[in-house]
Amino acid sequence: MAKSNEPIWWFLFSAGGVVAALLVPIHILLIGIAWPLGVLPADALEFSRMQALLAHPLTRLYCFVLISLPLFHWAHRFRFTLADLGLHGAAMLIAVLCYGAAIAGTIVAALTLWG
Amino acid sequence: MKPDVRTIPANWWLRRSPPWWLRRRPYFLFMVREFTSVFVGAYVVIFLMMIRRLNEGQAAYEAFLASLQSPLAIVFHMVALAFAVFHTVTWFHLTPKAMAVRIGEERVKPALIIAPNYAAWAVISAIVAWFLLG
Repeated sequence: MAKSNEPIWWFLFSAGGVVAALLVPIHILLIGIAWPLGVLPADALEFSRMQALLAHPLTRLYCFVLISLPLFHWAHRFRFTLADLGLHGAAMLIAVLCYGAAIAGTIVAALTLWG
Repeated sequence: MKPDVRTIPANWWLRRSPPWWLRRRPYFLFMVREFTSVFVGAYVVIFLMMIRRLNEGQAAYEAFLASLQSPLAIVFHMVALAFAVFHTVTWFHLTPKAMAVRIGEERVKPALIIAPNYAAWAVISAIVAWFLLG
């Protein structure tokens, strides 16, 4: 990876770190734990309600940010984690695979939300 | 020159010294912190799948909701939540290092920079809950 690319990845890592820190725990808690355990009203995630919520342009933008930036956060951190674990030899390949996965996820998210 | 296989003991795997990140507690916690990103990444992929099922229609979406209720999914989300909260806390505690705020000659105490992060986390979580459930 050329040195001149680093600030972009670092910025995306950093922005993704903030988004993940502030938003991911509440999403996991509500959708992944509280609702399946029956703590929330049964109709909290009901189809037509969620569709109406997602119909709003700001919700779509919110979902895009919530998906894309943490993927870049993961890519940047995981890339260096693998190097720390001893995979120095494949550094370039790892960087391409990690950032590539984040870019692919971002494209899928954009197509899902606006396609 | 190839190593002589006869001199390598059969249990060489067990006799290796532990990897560097298992040797000291701070190194281990560093590795846990780095691994939070795997759970954060995995969760946003699940969230993306939820939106895709929602787009596909009611049957697909309700099948997704049913899969969220499986014990395995609930356990996964509990583990993911633990890692996500670890990310949040370690991220907040990096902020005084990332931005050293000074007033005149005095450096603002790290605790004063960290505290507003927790307040923001609480407020933003409440807003998300209100939108999702309200």
